[in-house]
Amino acid sequence: MPQQLRVYVTPAIVLRQRKLGDADKILTLYTATFGKVDAVVKGVRKTKSRMAGHVEPLTQANFQLAKGKTLDIVTQVETIEPFQALRGDLERMSRALYACELLDKFTETHEPNFELYRLLLDTLSRLATRDHFEVAVRFYEMALLDAMGYRPELEECVTCRKRLTAITNYWTAAGGGVVCASCRTDETAVRPISANAVKLLRLLLHGRFSDAARVTIDAGLNAELERALLEYVRWVLERDVRSTAFIDTLRKRRPSRARTMAAAGDAPA
Amino acid sequence: MPEQLGAAPAPVAKLIDAFHKLPGIGPKSAQRLTYHMLRIPPEEALALAQAIIELKEKTVLCSVCQNVTESDPCNICRDDARDRAVICVVEEPLDILAVERTRGFHGLYHVLHGVISPMDGVGPEDLKVNELLTRLRGGSVTEVIMATNPNLEGEATSMYISRLLTPMGIRVTRLARGLPMGSDLEYADEVTLSRALENRQDV
Ligand SMILES: [Zn+2]
Ligand SMILES: [Zn+2]
Repeated sequence: MPQQLRVYVTPAIVLRQRKLGDADKILTLYTATFGKVDAVVKGVRKTKSRMAGHVEPLTQANFQLAKGKTLDIVTQVETIEPFQALRGDLERMSRALYACELLDKFTETHEPNFELYRLLLDTLSRLATRDHFEVAVRFYEMALLDAMGYRPELEECVTCRKRLTAITNYWTAAGGGVVCASCRTDETAVRPISANAVKLLRLLLHGRFSDAARVTIDAGLNAELERALLEYVRWVLERDVRSTAFIDTLRKRRPSRARTMAAAGDAPA
Repeated sequence: MPEQLGAAPAPVAKLIDAFHKLPGIGPKSAQRLTYHMLRIPPEEALALAQAIIELKEKTVLCSVCQNVTESDPCNICRDDARDRAVICVVEEPLDILAVERTRGFHGLYHVLHGVISPMDGVGPEDLKVNELLTRLRGGSVTEVIMATNPNLEGEATSMYISRLLTPMGIRVTRLARGLPMGSDLEYADEVTLSRALENRQDV
């Protein structure tokens, strides 16, 4: 374990912030060196604060922190990567916040884990830059589950342990993976999962991101994967994930590109 | 019920609890405030209690702009001198005071009473967004200025609302970048805020 110094420096990603008192904020950081850390940043809501612009959620920055009695205090901060592309686009922003919320809920403070830091950083970069960013979220969910010791069973039925065949099977969050048609019960596995979805889950689990990103995943298949993984995530966390509601809201209100283009085409020249 | 040894008497515990629920008040501050109440003269404590009761009984939300007011519609909404074609959308009633201090804005307001905050589970349906849409359906408003705070949640709210309003043919603008990212509107000085208003940009 790294030695605990009175003042320490580390790169970190701001997962979230909440207001404290009149002008301060408490940040939840995921640091490269010390794992998750809560830290106070003073006077940050005043317009003259020099730190304010560097501590918004979804920012990667170099932090200098001083050990406090209860919470550490931010003494200096400088942005490394502001992820501007995530701020200017609601779809990308909502997924990035979801990724941050998951890491916050899956981890305890002061448990160093550089892999998780790297995973979030890579995911935010992918969300900021890729055209098809949903696969980055699915890859992240799977990698996070795996890293936290909740690798789902995708090869054999979780009940009878027979090798799964490439037909429609069933997804069981409580069982931690896939259950075959003859073993499923109404209580534990109500949702069918297609052979294609299972194949993709395996790729997400064992492949590199570049492998998964090459596969064309249509909206229907993505929805199937998203439901299965989120169900499992909720079961593991034993609580709800709040930021999914906004993703759903955006989907309901999505400005259809097709419609916009059609409208532009219809407009009199 | 016998009093627990060392525990605060029930009325004390009850007030500590009530203070603790207030924003920014931790358990220690809640205790301090409660013991302060025990020490002050009864009439002072009653005056405070009365002020809270009056606050709840004598104020309502303006049915037009959702600002806190004694009379509905509020003074600003009733003022004929104000420009009814422009609405400035703010997060909290306090932000109206900040914009009014600039003396540079003569339109009407709309208070959202919060901001989209996905990680706290606060979505558009928890804000006065539908009230804004209803208001705009009248068709007399040509511009909506989004004056939410210059931070991630303020930007998200502004982008989301603009997504709803643009198809209605309403021009949506945003305060200019003069306001530092991450700061609160209510702390902005008049000059900076005036400039941000004047130089507002299309979303
Ligand atoms: Zn089986
Ligand atoms: Zn009003």
